[in-house]
Amino acid sequence: MSNQNKAASQGARERISLLKVLGPAHVWALGVGIVLVGEFMGYNFSIGKGGALGSIIACWFIGLLYTCVAMIDSEVTSTVAAAGGQYSQAKHIIGPLMAFNVGLYLVFAYTMLEAADALVVGDLLVEAAKDFGHPDLDPRPFVVFTIAILAWLNYRGVFMTLTVNFIITAVAFVSIYVLFIGAKGWAPGEFIQPEGLLTDLPYGWLGVISAFQFAIWYYLGIEGTCQAAEEVRSVARSLPLGTMTGMMTLLIAATITWYLTASLVPWEYLGVSYIPQYDAARALGNPFVTLCMFVGTLFSAVASANGTINDAARAWFSMGRDRYLPVWFGAVHPRYRTPYRSILFLVPVAISFAFTGLLDQVITFSILSGLLGYTFMPINMMRFRKLWPLGSIRRGYVHPFHPFPAITLFLLCCLTYFATFLGYGTQLLAMMTFYIVASLWFHFHRYKYVKRGDQFQMSWPRPKGY
Amino acid sequence: MVKKYYEPPKQSGQGQVFDSLFLLIIIYAVLLLPIVLGLTAGKTVTQAPENITWETLGQNPVMQKQWEKLGMTAENAAEYITARFDYTINPVALIITAVVIIGYFVLMLRLSDKEYRDVIHEKFD
Repeated sequence: MSNQNKAASQGARERISLLKVLGPAHVWALGVGIVLVGEFMGYNFSIGKGGALGSIIACWFIGLLYTCVAMIDSEVTSTVAAAGGQYSQAKHIIGPLMAFNVGLYLVFAYTMLEAADALVVGDLLVEAAKDFGHPDLDPRPFVVFTIAILAWLNYRGVFMTLTVNFIITAVAFVSIYVLFIGAKGWAPGEFIQPEGLLTDLPYGWLGVISAFQFAIWYYLGIEGTCQAAEEVRSVARSLPLGTMTGMMTLLIAATITWYLTASLVPWEYLGVSYIPQYDAARALGNPFVTLCMFVGTLFSAVASANGTINDAARAWFSMGRDRYLPVWFGAVHPRYRTPYRSILFLVPVAISFAFTGLLDQVITFSILSGLLGYTFMPINMMRFRKLWPLGSIRRGYVHPFHPFPAITLFLLCCLTYFATFLGYGTQLLAMMTFYIVASLWFHFHRYKYVKRGDQFQMSWPRPKGY
Repeated sequence: MVKKYYEPPKQSGQGQVFDSLFLLIIIYAVLLLPIVLGLTAGKTVTQAPENITWETLGQNPVMQKQWEKLGMTAENAAEYITARFDYTINPVALIITAVVIIGYFVLMLRLSDKEYRDVIHEKFD
C-alpha cells in the first residue's frame, strides 16, 4: 500500500465519531429524564433538613441557581459544541487541570446518581413485596440487574437509549399528575391536609439554608443536556430549547410534588423516606394511585439511571480520548458507535456505592460533585466573556443580564457548601480530599501524556491576554 | 524556523492498567471507605419524651391521622419524630472546610492557568 493510501485509511479510522441523530425532544428527555427521579426520591431529604416549608423555600432558591446554570450553559455549550459538555468548555476556557476536574465532577455526579437510582429500584421492590406479604426480599440482585441491563442498552446505541428514556420519562411525569388528581390537589381538606401538616420551620431559617443541600436534588442533572452536544443535529437550536423547557418542566413538577407529598405525609417521616411518592400514595389509600406511583417511581429511577450511564460514560470517554485518562477509554465501538469501554468501567463503581444502601450519603456525593461543577460555571462564564467578548466569535445563543446570573450562581453555590457543612461536613471534606488527590495526580503525573495544542479544537481567535 | 511541539511519551499497556487501578483505589479509599465505616453520616441528636404519646411528641390530630394511615403508632413514629439534625456550628471545623474548598479552587485555577499557557502557546505561536 502506498504511503498516501495508508494515510487515507488511517484518516478514515480516526474519523469514526459519534452519530448526530438527536433533536430538542431528546435533549429534553436526556435532561428531564435524568432529573425527574429527583421528584420521586431524595428531594424529601431537604424536608428532613429544614422542614416542609423550609424545603419549598430552598426548592425555589435552588430553582434560581439552576436557571442561572441553564442560561450560562446554553450560551457556552451552543458555542463549544463537543461531547463532554462542561468538560470541553473548561478545556478551551480555563485549562487542562480544570477540565480534568470538571470531567470528574460530571462522572461522579452521574455515577452516584446512577447508584442512588438503582438503590431506589431495589428499595421500591422490597417495599412493594412487603405490601404483598414477602418481607425478606434482598434488594441487591435488583440493583445489579438494573445497572447491568441499562449498561447493555447504552452499549448498544445512543438513539435507542434516549428514545426509551423519552417514553418512560413521559409516563413517570404523567404519574405526578395522577397523584394530583387522585389527591384532589385543587381541593385541600378532602385528602391533602396542608393546614395541619405545613405548620412551621422546625430548625428556623438555619434549617432553610441547610435544606439547600438536598433541594439541589429537585433539579440535579439538567445540565447533562450539553453532554449530547456532539450528537445533536442543530446545537444552537436544540440545546437552549431542550434545556430551558426542561427547567420549566422541573420547576412545575418540583412544586407539585412537594405540595402533594408534604400535604399527605408528616414531614418527619417524609424527611427520611427512600420512596416518598409511593409513601404519599399509601397515605392517600387509593390502590390505583399507589400502583401509578409505583410505576412512576420505578420508571423515573430507570430513566434517570439510563441517562446517567449515557452522560458519565461520555465524560469519561472524552477524557480518555484527550489522554487525561488512559487512551484505552477513548475507544468508540466500531459497530454501535458508543463509548463502550467507559460504559463498562463505571458499572462496578455504581454497583459498589448502591450496595451501601445509604441513599442520603450516596446522593450527597452526587450533589457535591454537581455543586463543584456549578461553582466552575460562573468562573468559566466570566472568563469566556473576557477572553472572547461578544462579537469576537459566533455564539449560538447569548444569555441576557451578564454578569448577574454568574454572580447569583456563585453566591448560591457558597450558601449550598455551607448547607452541606450543616449535617454532612465530614462527607464534604472526604469529597474535597478526593478531588485534591486526583488533581495532584493529574498535574504531576498524568499531564505529561497530554498533547498540549490538541486541547484547543475550536476555530476561535487567540484568547485576549494570552 | 521549525516549530517545536511537545510530543508526549507513549504510555504502555501496563501503565494504563496502573493508572486505571490508581483511580479505582482512590475512589474506594477516599469516598467509599468512610461511608462504609460510618464516618460520614449526618449528625443527629435524639430527644425523646419519657411518656410517648402523640401529644408529647407534638403531633396535632391531622398529623396523628396521617401517621396512622401509614401504619405507624406513636411508639414506632417516635424514632422519626425525636431525631433531629445537630446544627451546632464548630467554628474551627467551618474555617478548615472553607480553607480546603477555597484552597482547592485557588490551586486548581493557578495550575490550570500554567497548563493553559502551554496549550495557547502551542496552538497559536
